[in-house]
Amino acid sequence: MSPAGKYYLPEGLPAPVPEPDGLSAPYWEGTRRGELIIQRCRACRGWQWGPEWICHACLSFDLGWERVEGRGRIYSWERSWHPVHPALKEAGPYAVVLVELPAAGNVRMIGNLLGDPRAPIDVGAEVTAVFEPHDDAKPPFTLVHWRRAD
Amino acid sequence: MSTRTIRGQVAIAGIGETAYYKHGQAPEPEFKLALMAILNACEDAGIPPREIDGFASYSNDRNDPSRLAAALGLPDLKFSNMQWGGGGGGGAGAVGNAAAAIAAGYADCIVVFRALAQGQFARFGQGPRVATISGDAAFTTPYGVMSPGQRYAMRAMRFMHEHKVDRSALRAIALASYHHAQANPRAVMHGRPLTAEAYDASRWIVEPFRLFDCCMENDGAAALVLVSAERARDLRHRPAYLLGVAQGSEYRNGAPSHNAPLYGTSSFTTVAPRLYAMAGVGPKDVDVLQSYENFTGGVLMSLVEHGFFPPEASNEFLVLDNLLAPGGSLPLNTSGGNLAECYMHGLELQLEAVRQLRGTSTSQVPDVDVSMVISGPMVTPVSSLILGSAATR
Repeated sequence: MSPAGKYYLPEGLPAPVPEPDGLSAPYWEGTRRGELIIQRCRACRGWQWGPEWICHACLSFDLGWERVEGRGRIYSWERSWHPVHPALKEAGPYAVVLVELPAAGNVRMIGNLLGDPRAPIDVGAEVTAVFEPHDDAKPPFTLVHWRRAD
Repeated sequence: MSTRTIRGQVAIAGIGETAYYKHGQAPEPEFKLALMAILNACEDAGIPPREIDGFASYSNDRNDPSRLAAALGLPDLKFSNMQWGGGGGGGAGAVGNAAAAIAAGYADCIVVFRALAQGQFARFGQGPRVATISGDAAFTTPYGVMSPGQRYAMRAMRFMHEHKVDRSALRAIALASYHHAQANPRAVMHGRPLTAEAYDASRWIVEPFRLFDCCMENDGAAALVLVSAERARDLRHRPAYLLGVAQGSEYRNGAPSHNAPLYGTSSFTTVAPRLYAMAGVGPKDVDVLQSYENFTGGVLMSLVEHGFFPPEASNEFLVLDNLLAPGGSLPLNTSGGNLAECYMHGLELQLEAVRQLRGTSTSQVPDVDVSMVISGPMVTPVSSLILGSAATR
């Protein structure tokens, strides 16, 4: 968390909502329950992320959603300094990690890396998911961040 | 079976541009800038504007061909084409689409253009000012990943990690563009030289990119006139023959939420081999290269994926002397490019590639026969092309 606020990044960034066609709704509903839910093909059992209407591996439309453990490792990262949104004016630097999930076919997710943003970030480091609920947002949503595993 | 190719069939006969401005500073509206660049390109070619019978552009250019054709009084609009994809990835692709249309007989004189006036319209390097966001952007924007630099920094970071590339390699790319811009009076950064010390002292935008690793944002317009090779021979300038063009991107490059299987890539791993196959030349034959700098990390990967050096040789190859005209082993971005001439979404690079074949660059490489352009790395689709002199045709 940033020292100033209750969230890692300041409030005022766009709130994530599912598309009108509902493709990603199960994921965002899952985060509200503190669960990481991603797509898995019922036909070939392959994992898929981000969501799509068809399985890229076997072209089945029979895609389900499964809960995965919030454990992964850092695949890449960036440290952002220049504010590209008014809400981020005093926010830099902040750390962003691309995390791969070995238990789910190495699909990748983006989140912020909690802790000192200036600390070195190592590709390959193990991280665990941290849910950050924004209950007062309209509409409410929950982000999924990462912290270095103990 | 006949060989399907545009090799040698089409040439760039004219190039034109407006003055280039810092973003928001163009004194003219965007549509007028587009018209001015198009007329300048026709004048350069020695072709009456009313002979234009087609337009091709990319990156959702706002100046649509029907309005252009009406404004210019064109008697018969035969080809209107927009290359899909954002950023500058479609720059060479748009030229390829126009060339294919000429070779196929759809049209005879096609203008490829790009116009930008960011005071009139939104800037690229700023995030969305909206209350909610959905789709793929919902997985990145709330985490502060929304500008092009933020979207692509992790691709470059992964590549640099995998291949132990030093930041000095990125620095050499930035310094080369700034060096060449000092000889080019058109360049927005003309008279603003960059030293290694100033580069090192510049602020971070998003690591691994410093300020000078990032393209400018500019206003202006640029245009190219394409005709058949036969027609081009009778015109004012030495024709720049199109030897090859390729576009696309590798397997699932556009997978959502940064899930492209090959992640540390400029998206050219399958495009570059197709380009060379059509052009009938290889990287060793390239005399001068313009490689789109959205960010220097994209140039690094573009050069590797186009076979100029293996990834593990990045640190040795990417030193300033290698990249400078006239004598470097691979003169790079000889007008100043997106970093220091003008960010005209890379179309200014195509104009410079033509100048190098004509012998009229402000940083001329001697005896250029093969002049290459790489468009828009890391986005998808991307594209690249190779131009050649009459000797290569």
